[in-house]
Amino acid sequence: MLKAVLKAESLIALGLMGLSVYFMWHAVELPTTWDGRRGPGGGAFPFWLSAIMLAASTGVLVRTVLAEVRLPDPRPFFEPGMIGPVVAVTLALTITIALMSVVGTYVAVPLFMLWYLRFFGRNSWRVTVPLVVGTPIVLFFFFEVALLILLPKGITEPLFFPLYAIFF
Amino acid sequence: MEVLSLLGQGFATSLLPLNIGIVIVGVTLGLFIGAMPGLGSVNGVAIVLPLTFIVPPASAIIFLAALYYGAMYGGAISSILLGIPGSSTAVATTFDGRPMAQQGRAGLALIAAAVASFVGGTISVVLFTVFAMPLAELALKFGPAENFALVLLAFTTFVGLGGDDAFKTVAMICLGLVLSTVGLDLISGQPRLIFFDMPGFYAGISFLVLAIGVYGIGEVLWTVERSKVEPTVTPAKVTWAEMRAGFAVLSRTWKTMGVGSVMGFFVGMLPAAGATPASLMAYGIAKSTSREPDSFGKGNVEGVVAPETANNAASTGSLLPMLSLGIPGSPTTALLLGGMVMWGLTPGPMLFVEQADFVWGLISSLYTANLAAVLINLALIPVFVWALRMPFTVLCTLVLVLCIVGGFAPDQRMHDVWLILAFGVVGYLLRKADYPLAPLVLALVLGPVMERSFRQALISAQGDVTTFVTRPLSATFIGLALLFFMLPLLSRLWARRGGSRAA
Amino acid sequence: MLTSLPRRVAIGLAATAALAAAMPAQAQDWQPSRPVEMVIMAGQGGGADRLARLFQSIIQQEGLARLPFMPVNKGGGSGAEALRYLKDNEGNPHIIMATLNSYFTTPDQTDIGVDIEEFTPLARMAVDTFALWVNVDSGIETLEDYVEAVRAADGSWRMGGTGSGQEDSLVTALLEAEFDITHTYVPMGGGGDVATALVGGHIDATVNNPSEAMSFWQAGRVRPIALLTDERLESMPGVPTFIELGYDLEYYMQRSFVAPGGLSEAQQAYYVDLLERLSQSETWQSYAAEQALLTDFLSGDELQAYFVEQRELHRQILASLEDQS
Repeated sequence: MLKAVLKAESLIALGLMGLSVYFMWHAVELPTTWDGRRGPGGGAFPFWLSAIMLAASTGVLVRTVLAEVRLPDPRPFFEPGMIGPVVAVTLALTITIALMSVVGTYVAVPLFMLWYLRFFGRNSWRVTVPLVVGTPIVLFFFFEVALLILLPKGITEPLFFPLYAIFF
Repeated sequence: MEVLSLLGQGFATSLLPLNIGIVIVGVTLGLFIGAMPGLGSVNGVAIVLPLTFIVPPASAIIFLAALYYGAMYGGAISSILLGIPGSSTAVATTFDGRPMAQQGRAGLALIAAAVASFVGGTISVVLFTVFAMPLAELALKFGPAENFALVLLAFTTFVGLGGDDAFKTVAMICLGLVLSTVGLDLISGQPRLIFFDMPGFYAGISFLVLAIGVYGIGEVLWTVERSKVEPTVTPAKVTWAEMRAGFAVLSRTWKTMGVGSVMGFFVGMLPAAGATPASLMAYGIAKSTSREPDSFGKGNVEGVVAPETANNAASTGSLLPMLSLGIPGSPTTALLLGGMVMWGLTPGPMLFVEQADFVWGLISSLYTANLAAVLINLALIPVFVWALRMPFTVLCTLVLVLCIVGGFAPDQRMHDVWLILAFGVVGYLLRKADYPLAPLVLALVLGPVMERSFRQALISAQGDVTTFVTRPLSATFIGLALLFFMLPLLSRLWARRGGSRAA
Repeated sequence: MLTSLPRRVAIGLAATAALAAAMPAQAQDWQPSRPVEMVIMAGQGGGADRLARLFQSIIQQEGLARLPFMPVNKGGGSGAEALRYLKDNEGNPHIIMATLNSYFTTPDQTDIGVDIEEFTPLARMAVDTFALWVNVDSGIETLEDYVEAVRAADGSWRMGGTGSGQEDSLVTALLEAEFDITHTYVPMGGGGDVATALVGGHIDATVNNPSEAMSFWQAGRVRPIALLTDERLESMPGVPTFIELGYDLEYYMQRSFVAPGGLSEAQQAYYVDLLERLSQSETWQSYAAEQALLTDFLSGDELQAYFVEQRELHRQILASLEDQS
C-alpha cells in the first residue's frame, strides 16, 4: 500500500491535491458566497474550482493506488540514467536566471550556452564559439536596438553606456 | 459600385512604390517578431507605433497593417517548429502543427499555415469591404451574458467529453482557471491569490508565461530525456515538388478554410472574444465534422488549416469594431486605435463618412499586406525548415535562451522568467504522468473573460441566473455549447449501436 | 542606489522656488546615461498607455532627449505593481512613471507598503474630465430626468464603470451621495468597453471621460447630461456642469509623471525641464484640445502638495463609499 502511494504518479496527484488546498486557503480571503443581488463573490471562482481540482486529483490518486495494489506496474517513472540530464539542465537554467539579475543577460546567457553546447552537448569548439559569441550580439540588436526592450544587465550596466550612446 | 471606386482610390495609394517598400519591411519584421516565442502582434505594434509619427498617416497605417499581418503569420511558425505558441491565437496551431514537424512534415505544415492565413485574411477582408457598417451594429448586441456564452462555446468545442482521461482533464482545466484568477479581481477591486506576497503576482499570470514554460522549457526537458532513447524530430526538406504537392493537399481542405474564415471573421469582430476563441472553435468544428476525428492531434493538416484561417480572419474582423465604433477588440487594435487618435483621426461611426480616404486606404492596404505576407512567408519557409536541421543540442540551447529572453521581454519582469522555469518543471512532470496540457493553457486564456462576463451579467441582472437563457443570442450559444460537449459522447453511443447492429 | 542618505534629506528640504529659478543651469548638470524606462501604471491599450506612448513619440519626434524613453507596462493590481517597482528602485534616475488617479487610491487599498510622498514629483501634464452619459434611446435629456429615472428604477439602474474602487466608481459614489440615489455598479474593464456597453444598451449610464464617448455622441448614440468640471468645456458646447446646475460635484483625472524617491536635484530638474518643453509642444497642445484635456502644468513642491491633497480627497470619497455599502 505505502509503496503504491509512493509511486511517482501518486505523488504528482498528491502534489496537485496539496496545491488545490493551498489555493482554497488563499481564496477564502475574499467572499466565496453567492450574494443574491450581485452573484458570486471574488473568492468564489478560485475556491470552488480548486475544490473540483481537489476532487479530480483525489480521483486520480485513488485510481492509481488501487491499480497499483491490484497489479503493480513494473516500469519506473524515471528511466534510469535519464533523470540526470534533466536535473542538470534544470539546475543550469536556475543558475542562469539567477545570474541574469546579478551579472546581466550578456554574461549569463553566453555562460549557459557554453556549458550546454560544449560540456553538456559535446559539440565541437567550431560550433560552440560562433554561437556563444553570436547569440548575444543578435539579442542586443533585435531586442535593444530594434525593439527598444532593455534586457537585465545587473552590475555590467555601465559597460553598455557607450553602446547606448552609439545606437540610440 | 461606390464601394469599388472607393477601394480603387485606396489601391492607388497603397500601390505607390514607397508604400510597397513599407509593406515588405513591415511584413518581414512582423514575421520575425511573431515567430519569437513571447512576442506577438501587440508587442510589434506597440514598439513600432511611435516611429510611425514620422511618416504620413496613410503610410503609417500601411506599415502597421503589414506588421500586424506579418506577426499573425509568424505566430504559426514557432507553434509548428518549436511547439511553443508565440501568442494565444496560435495555441490551436500547435495541436497538429507540432506533430507534423516531428514527423518531418514541417514544410507542409508551414505551407498550410501560410496559405490558410492568406485565405482567411482575404475572405475576411472581402467581408469587411462589403459589410462593415451593418456588422458593427451586430457586435453591439453582445453584452456580458453573450460573451460568457460564447467563451463557454469556444471551450466546449475543444474540450468535449471523452478523449483524454476525464479526471486529469478536469484537474487541468480547474488548475488553469484558478491560475487565471490570480491578481486583481476586477469586480470587487480586491487583490487575490497573491502567493507569498510577491508583487509580481499582482499582474496575474500571463498566458505567455505558462505557454513558454510548459511548451518551451517543459518540452525541452522532455526531449532531453527522450533524446537518448529516440530521435524526436525528423529533419524536413522543402523542395519545389513538395511545395506543389502541398498545394494539392491544401486544395482539398477548402471546406475547412471556408468555415474557418467566415467563423473567424464573425467571432473576431466581437470585442470581448477575438482571435483565440475563434481559432479554437474552428479547430473544434473541423475535428467534429471530419470523417477521421481521431487523426486530429496526430498531425492532420486540417488541424493546422482550421485555426490559421480563423485567427487571421479574426484579426481582420477585430479591426471592424475598432474603425466603425471606436471599440478595440484586442490589445493590438487598442494600440492601433491610439495611433489613429494621435494622427488626428477619430475612429467611430463618423470615420467612414468623414475620413473615407483613410478607411479605404487602410482596407486596400490589408489586401496588399496579406498578399505580401503570404509571398514573403512562403519564400522564407526553406530558411525556417533549415533551422530544424540544426544539431539537436544546438536547437535546444537556442530554444532555452529564447524562452528566457522572450519571457522577459513583454513585461520586463524577472518574476515572469522564474515562473516560466517553475511551469517548465511542473509541465514536464505533468506530461510524464499523462496529464493533458492543452486544457490547462486554454483555461488560463479563456478564464478571465469567462469569470468576468459571468459576474457582470449577474450584477446587471440583479443576481438573476436566468439571464443567460432568456436572452436569445446567449441561449443559442449555451445550447450549442451543450451540444458540442455531448457530441463525442453521443457519437460514441451512436457508433456502439451501429456496431452492435452490424454484429 | 548611488545617492547617499544625507543627500536625500537635502532634497527633501530644498524649496521648489529655488529649484525652478536655478533650473536652466541645473538641467545641464545631469543627463541620463541609459535609455529611460517610462513605467505605465496601466496595461497596454488603455487611456493611460496611449497617452504615455504619445509622450514618448513626441519626445522622439521633437528630439527632446538624447536617449529614448521606453514605455513599460506594469498595470498589475491597479498599478500596485508599478508603485512597488518604483519603491524598489529608489534612487534609480533612469525610471519615471506615468500616473493616473490609482496613484492615490491603490497604496491605501493594497498592502504594498508604498507612501507616495516618498516619490519624487516631476510634472503634471494634464487633467482629464468626466461627464455623465446616457443612451439616447432612454429619452433622458436633463439631470432632473436622470435622477427621476434612477429613483424609479429602485436600485436596478445599471451604472457601468471601469473597476471597483477606480475613478468611475468614485464618481458614481459622489453622484449617489449628492442626489441620494442608488445604482447597480457594473465593472466593465476599460473605458472603451464601458462606452460600447452603453451604446449596446447593456448598461444604462456611464461617467466616461469625454474622449471615450465623444464619437458616439457625434453619431447621435449617447448623450452627455452634465460635466463634473468647474466650467463648461469648449469641445462640448451646450453641456452644462453640475456646479452651474446647483450641485457641488467636481472630479478630475490627473496625468502626471513621478520618479522614484532619492533623486538628486539635478536629476529631478532634468526631467522637469524636459516635461515642461514637452507640454509646450504644439503636437501635445493640439491633441489635448481635441480630447478635452486641461493642460495646466504643475511641478515640484506644488505638485507634491497637490498629490497629498488629492490623496486626502480620495480617502474621504472611499470612506463614504464604504459607509454606504
